[in-house]
Amino acid sequence: MTSKVVVSARQVQKHFGANVVLRGIDLDVSDGEVLCLVGPSGSGKTSFLRCINHLEKIDAGELIVNGHHVGYRRHGNKLHELREKEIARARADIGMVFQSFNLFPHMTVMENITAGPVTVKNERLAEVKQRGHELLARVGLADRAGAYPAQLSGGQKQRIAIARALAMRPTLMLFDEPTSALDPEMVGEVLAVMKDLARDGMTMVVVTHEMGFAREVADQIVFMDGGVVVESGPPTAVLANPQHDRTKAFLAKVL
Amino acid sequence: MKMKMKPESSPVPTSSQASEPLDLVPVRHWERWVAAFVVVLAVALAIGQLATNPRFQFGVVGQYLFSSPIITGVGLTLELTFGAMVIGVVLGTLLAVARMSPNPILSGISAVYIWFFRGTPVLVQLIFWYNLAAIFPHITLGVPFGGPHFASMQANSLVTPLAAGLLGLGLNEAAYMAEIVRAGIVSVDHGQTEAAQSLGMSRAQTLRKVVLPQAMRVIIPPTGNETISMLKNTSLVSVLAIAELLYSAEIIYTRTYQTIPLLIVASIWYLAMTTVLSIGQYFIERKFGRGYRRESSGPRMPWTRRPAPALSGTAELAEVK
Repeated sequence: MTSKVVVSARQVQKHFGANVVLRGIDLDVSDGEVLCLVGPSGSGKTSFLRCINHLEKIDAGELIVNGHHVGYRRHGNKLHELREKEIARARADIGMVFQSFNLFPHMTVMENITAGPVTVKNERLAEVKQRGHELLARVGLADRAGAYPAQLSGGQKQRIAIARALAMRPTLMLFDEPTSALDPEMVGEVLAVMKDLARDGMTMVVVTHEMGFAREVADQIVFMDGGVVVESGPPTAVLANPQHDRTKAFLAKVL
Repeated sequence: MKMKMKPESSPVPTSSQASEPLDLVPVRHWERWVAAFVVVLAVALAIGQLATNPRFQFGVVGQYLFSSPIITGVGLTLELTFGAMVIGVVLGTLLAVARMSPNPILSGISAVYIWFFRGTPVLVQLIFWYNLAAIFPHITLGVPFGGPHFASMQANSLVTPLAAGLLGLGLNEAAYMAEIVRAGIVSVDHGQTEAAQSLGMSRAQTLRKVVLPQAMRVIIPPTGNETISMLKNTSLVSVLAIAELLYSAEIIYTRTYQTIPLLIVASIWYLAMTTVLSIGQYFIERKFGRGYRRESSGPRMPWTRRPAPALSGTAELAEVK
């Protein structure tokens, strides 16, 4: 596989005050790859994911997304911090799905989907709506365009959140525990949409506790604990034949 | 009730007991009837006084209610209210955003503004603006620190009594509105900001499209309160000899000595205007409540509130004991 690298992390560190959450993360995500970040809570999975679209700022190391340093521009040997507008522009190419959906409650489903492309990319509303209907059909909610988020179930909300992110035509999708806030019977419908995306060749970084999904869909599984990557590789290696004691202990609890 | 039930109820109900229906005796709220009777009696006495006491001079009230100085006063009161509220809302929003900005100078200045204008009586501020010419006789537009001047005016011709009234009420209102807007912005979940940012929205776009529309739900009710409060506070500018509603009434009754009827005239107009404002507030609230109302509950007028459930609840609890 010689496809280009979308996300490249080298010794990424992050701390909140005295609390060190990332102690040097190294990983690569290739174009079209699905990477699942797994590990116990507090291991730094979500923090790392949020660093990728600069919701959190890294404190040391190098994080390159779509060929650019996240939050910085390189001039010779200097990294210049980006202005807020430039950070926003970089984020427009990265879709993010949150654990708590974060749909805009004052907008209808269709308004949620069109808000990004119309506001950020100045696209024509009619065209975005057209695309919005296609996306709604894709996530199986073609008839809910006029509904407000409060009228939807958790699983439906998360599928709309995915459609909203896709409306920006992202090159990379980030999922932060997308099924953790859902009732068990709704997990399946969201995972089905994500599987469909993965089949379509979308590059995805997924923080998840759904080991079944990770085994089935992931090209690469990264097991994190204590702010470091303990073990990584294809599901057949990490899940079926873990090398590290910490990985074994974690998998014994969740599988 | 519970204590009585115990000996009667057997641990396992037999079929014969189940077939015999038991009579339900609802709680009799006799104390509610007593309270209602007392209140109705008091209201009836008050209305009786109002109707029979000739010293209210309702004839005079009717004579002046639509007289031209009063109508002009009503117009001026409305102008002052809306003008001052517009200044207050716009400046207050700017102050709220500045207060929360990462720039310590901006947030500091905003905090000092709010501290100063909330901390001094609005009446003092009004008189201060009215007497601005005493401190700055000329107001000059030009380059500061000895640069060229483009225009210069007498402060007294620029700051008319009406302008002083608008400035005094508006700048004071901005300090209160800043805190109301800030409360509204803070009430919006941070996840909303993150979702907007992850779509690539700038800080300004996030504020305008996502945060403020949701903050409006929290901002509108106290802003309606402020508007109604402002409507009545405009009567303070009567000290600047502006003939708004109250001062217009005063002008008439100092001449005719019909103080009470003219105060009734003013009150009727204030009541009418606050009623209209309350109705307006209801419709604005409904607009910004989009997506929040449960489908089952229909629209409810804000001025017909349901009786507080806590009261009847405690009454029933007391009965059970």
